[in-house]
Amino acid sequence: MATITHTPIIEFSKVNKWFGNFHVLRDIDLSVARGERIVVCGPSGSGKSTLIRCINRLEEHQTGRLTVEGVELSDDVQAIESVRRQVGMVFQQFNLFPHLTVLDNLTLAPMWVGKVPKAQAEERAMQQLQRVRIAEQAHKYPLQLSGGQQQRVAIARALCLTPKIMLFDEPTSALDPEMINEVLDVMVELANQGITMVCVTHEMGFARQVADRVIFMDEGQIVEQNTAAAFFDHPQNERTQDFLSKILAH
Amino acid sequence: MNPAVFTPLAAREPPPDAIGVWPWLSRHFFGSAANSFLTLLVLALLVVALPPLFNWAVLHAVMPADNAACRAASGVGACWGVVAEKGRLILFGRYPYDAQWRPLIASALLVLLLVMSCLRFFWRPALVLAWLVVFSVFYGLMKGGVAELTPVDTDRWGGLPLTLLLSSVSLVVAFPLAILLALGRQSQLPAIRTLCVIFIEFVRGVPLISVLFMASFILPLLMPQGAKIDVLVRVLIGMTLFTAAYLAEVIRGGLQALPKGQIEAAHSLGLGYWQIQRKIVLPQALRLVVPAIVNTFIGAFKDTSLVTIVSLYDLTGAVQLALGDADWRKFFIEGQLFVAAIYFIACFAMSRYSQWLEGHLNTGTRRQ
Repeated sequence: MATITHTPIIEFSKVNKWFGNFHVLRDIDLSVARGERIVVCGPSGSGKSTLIRCINRLEEHQTGRLTVEGVELSDDVQAIESVRRQVGMVFQQFNLFPHLTVLDNLTLAPMWVGKVPKAQAEERAMQQLQRVRIAEQAHKYPLQLSGGQQQRVAIARALCLTPKIMLFDEPTSALDPEMINEVLDVMVELANQGITMVCVTHEMGFARQVADRVIFMDEGQIVEQNTAAAFFDHPQNERTQDFLSKILAH
Repeated sequence: MNPAVFTPLAAREPPPDAIGVWPWLSRHFFGSAANSFLTLLVLALLVVALPPLFNWAVLHAVMPADNAACRAASGVGACWGVVAEKGRLILFGRYPYDAQWRPLIASALLVLLLVMSCLRFFWRPALVLAWLVVFSVFYGLMKGGVAELTPVDTDRWGGLPLTLLLSSVSLVVAFPLAILLALGRQSQLPAIRTLCVIFIEFVRGVPLISVLFMASFILPLLMPQGAKIDVLVRVLIGMTLFTAAYLAEVIRGGLQALPKGQIEAAHSLGLGYWQIQRKIVLPQALRLVVPAIVNTFIGAFKDTSLVTIVSLYDLTGAVQLALGDADWRKFFIEGQLFVAAIYFIACFAMSRYSQWLEGHLNTGTRRQ
């Protein structure tokens, strides 16, 4: 187990957000410790994706404070870009750049954002590809790979900037069932290496195995949070019990 | 109990009547009664139409610039002599006869750079420099006044070099301008967005002829006394802005077709606005609209012929000029066909290039 220190690396306090009139995040208070692994679950429309997309400012919150690694997120573009350099993100739809080879997908940000020389960027990229066990596909284009392979490339791409925090937004929801485990295996390995992780996922086996804390959201609020074991075995809130009974029924 | 073992069937050859030339021909040309009828009908039309055309254009045609022979062959054979006689006037307009080597070299340079610009190998920053150099050399050669070349005013420029200049300036300058306009129209900044929308809608809402009229007649009235911009320059600016407005809308179509996730992923990697446009958005958006871009280019190329209304003699203007000669006026069809052939070669080349470029750029973006 990685050591968890108690300085928060991400801190939401009274964060609110609206899409038009729809109040999607309501008074969110959440503090994530360095090295902590968090799984966020909840029904669709509960605001869980919006919550993690606020962390790297893909969504703007409207009231409240959100700090990431000591930097408060506001309209300051430089602050946003400095936070984004420290936060890697993996999307449900992979979002690889289809016009670039796998290797170029990985070296793009290190070369242009991190100003790393090409040879060094490629060397690091190959290391990350090895880490997700896909190095032999480096010169293919994303659409020549299977969904599971693409998602592993996406994870490697996010890791190339050596982020301190990794965000996963339903990383296995768009995959064929046969490919889910290859992605989860990579995520478990990553979790064991001590990086701070916030994952929106309904893979409850994964949550039990790696999460330090599981958060349940509904109607834009955090309804319940607890250690993985306590969350699954003794859910306190009736809404959580109802949700778990539905997704664990089969 | 042992599980059942799955043995896949071996792959087999397709049946023989599914492949080869004859099965293909019979399927595509004689597949049904109606299909066979249409095939025979088209063949019959070709048999009727082709021999007379061949007789006129080739067999009984008069090749040398012999006016008497042409008149004798009138109605029976084509008079390609008009091209031999008036070719230089059509190609170079009223440019001084003895100095026509200058437009020839200038045009050759421009064509060479146009061809080079089409090849991916040359897509690098130095290309911009090359264009600046070639435009300067073109201007120096045509205008003279430098290096002991006799000065030739722009109102005597004409024919092919003028057509090439008008189209290459309006395409080469319009393209980057159109990209900025398209990005501006999608900008988060309301001032920039409004400016781009107003420009695009205004310019697109007016016929090119009006733009040319404004550029050549109205603009000088608005200029302060003594300030004089050459009519050619004014027309170039007008055509460039016009093409840019159209092209901007074509490019915007490509920008809108790009999935939002691409930009989000680029943001999440910490890339800045211009990095995202240059590395992620434009390479994908532009390749989506290659056919539409080339279509706009072909249109703009042919629209350069409208400059005759402001007394600039491009290819189509020069051929009118050449056929002003009473001896040869009769053979306007041959003269027009000659110019049409030049336009066709250029447009067909662009069209084929567009198809090649599409395939070339699509590497990897389609599932194989």
